[in-house]
Amino acid sequence: MPTQKTIAATGNTVVAEAMRQCAPDVMAAYPITPQTTIVEEFAAFVAKGRVHTEYITVESEHSAMSACVGASAAGARVMTATSSQGLALMWEELHIAAGMRLPIVMANANRALSAPINIHCDHGDIMGARDTGWIALFAETAQEAYDNTIMSVRIAENESVLLPVMSCLDGFITTHSIDRVQVMDDESVAGFVGEYTPANALLDLENPVTHGSFAGLGGPYFEFKKAQREAIERSRKVINDVGAEFSELSGRPFGMIETWGMEDAEVAIVVIGSTAGNVRHVARGLRDAGAKVGVVKVRCFRPFPFAEIAEALAGLKAVAVLDRAESFGAEGGPLFLEVRSALYDNAERVPVIDYIYGLGGSDVKLELIESVYKDLSDIAAGVEAPAGLVYLGSR
Amino acid sequence: MANLKELTHREDRLEGGHRLCAGCGASIAVRQVLLGAGVEPVVVGCATGCLEVSTTIYPYSSWKTPFIHNAFENSAATVSGVEAAFQGLKRAGKIPADKKVKFVAFGGDGGTYDIGLQSLSGAMERGHDMVYVCYDNGAYMNTGIQRSSATPKGAWATTSQIGPAQQGKQQRRKDLTAIIAAHGVPYVAQASISHWKDLTTKAEKAFAVEGPAFLNVFAPCPRGWRIPFDTTVEIAKIAVQTGYWPLYEVEDGVWRQTVKVANRKPLEEFLKPQGRFKHLFKPENAALLAEIEADVDKQWNALQARFNCG
Repeated sequence: MPTQKTIAATGNTVVAEAMRQCAPDVMAAYPITPQTTIVEEFAAFVAKGRVHTEYITVESEHSAMSACVGASAAGARVMTATSSQGLALMWEELHIAAGMRLPIVMANANRALSAPINIHCDHGDIMGARDTGWIALFAETAQEAYDNTIMSVRIAENESVLLPVMSCLDGFITTHSIDRVQVMDDESVAGFVGEYTPANALLDLENPVTHGSFAGLGGPYFEFKKAQREAIERSRKVINDVGAEFSELSGRPFGMIETWGMEDAEVAIVVIGSTAGNVRHVARGLRDAGAKVGVVKVRCFRPFPFAEIAEALAGLKAVAVLDRAESFGAEGGPLFLEVRSALYDNAERVPVIDYIYGLGGSDVKLELIESVYKDLSDIAAGVEAPAGLVYLGSR
Repeated sequence: MANLKELTHREDRLEGGHRLCAGCGASIAVRQVLLGAGVEPVVVGCATGCLEVSTTIYPYSSWKTPFIHNAFENSAATVSGVEAAFQGLKRAGKIPADKKVKFVAFGGDGGTYDIGLQSLSGAMERGHDMVYVCYDNGAYMNTGIQRSSATPKGAWATTSQIGPAQQGKQQRRKDLTAIIAAHGVPYVAQASISHWKDLTTKAEKAFAVEGPAFLNVFAPCPRGWRIPFDTTVEIAKIAVQTGYWPLYEVEDGVWRQTVKVANRKPLEEFLKPQGRFKHLFKPENAALLAEIEADVDKQWNALQARFNCG
């Protein structure tokens, strides 16, 4: 079993620590608030000679991901970190990294997108990248950010997956708050992630390969995309298996969704990221007062755990989805669209209400979450559900 | 430096059978540059463009050496990542410490002067041990002859057309070679496919230096320039002889002309055979033609001054 020590550290510090322990051959990174301390702390590891990593201080996030693509195709274990505008600037390369089946691991400090410019948390950046073909894990806490980073390497590099993974943590709330985190010893992490044996590496010079071919002109583009879908479907089992193995090692639970109070819940809130803790806190108080409330936290957004969601929410009287991102012109936020779609095949129809909250770091007060549970209990009691989405806490 | 006989015995890393046009200057540039890499293994990166689409039509590849295409604007960043992987894997003990590998990125002028300039500048500044080669044919040929910042003033292109309000491209071309020289990298050169010895020698030097090197290679496009496909090399030679495309190198900051041009031919000899300059020879465009000629003279003289300082 590993030696674990409990430290007080920010999410970014333990993400940098996890990256050091996973020993990437290459890191290519560009600074952006609130990701910055990850790349600064990693730079300190480089300066102290604590990693063998070749650290590329690129001139933009587009070049960060471009260099990651080159390095990963060359056969290296590759990592980076970004946020918000940086992720948006990478957009083209996100698709290419996934399409070229390169197991790059990237931390994203979830932050609102411009305009207007805002440096605080929401999920607009990462939700904008949800169809780029990356696997996306979300952390509620610094601990989960640490754990997800380590698991990401194993998931990405699994030969039946070979897809890039984003490990997402909420900007400032998780990246910059000091939290209690259990950190494993280096040997245990190294043993868990193992050595990376690349397939079709550019630097396998005796067996030259061509990466990034042209598959137009009636070529097999369609078939490549189908293969990508099959890979991310296969990743479901790998994510669960890697999660189970990591749980055994660390003693900490992992699930693509994690539930609280759902055994006999009548109403539930579905949530992603740091707000899950606030929701559980409110739910606990309501439980103490006798209300049958539950919480479903989505820890893996891509691939989306639709079967798990359908099962967890089956038979409920009302469900609220908290979306920390917009999908302008759609029926609701990205999480709402996924959750309601997941419920479509269930025999019983459950009312699902979408709450858009916390955009640009807008405060998520406990009273707001209490008001959501109040709405749900009213709907469960027969009050008509609100038509359309609700902007929670906007002035 | 290798002589012609030695060069003919070197392996061609770009195989025939690719689908570039007859007379394309790009593949000539690639072959000559890769001959200069010698016998050591070379990893090639390439920006989106004619060269890439015509040589990597899945499931085929014309590349007998490891090759990567990523996107249009980032072949420099991509190859910088490959080179970084080589360094990182050496440090990890997965590649022998004494292993030698060359890294080269190719891009057309659209992918280099324009959309890829930031990526190129970043890679040069960071000091990666790589060569960047621009094959300059003076327009976006792959998408259908649109003007780039390498297109000469007055040239017709599909986005700088000829009409009562405009006579081709209205701006002069950007001096990319000087921009990269300003990065202070160990080796920068301007070359042409018409002067094979000069080009292969420059490629050898570029691959030999430790750190980044840049080659700007003149590579005519018969389709875009509106010239017969069997005149590619001839028109490139005239570009050098008229002083439109001077051949020089900047080695450790010292500017040196590598091919002397004793008596420069009139610029008209370069412009006249090309359909894209046809309108310049109408009487009403005499002033524009004179302006273009004066501009080439001015740049030539400025360059001579740099050589004299060197």
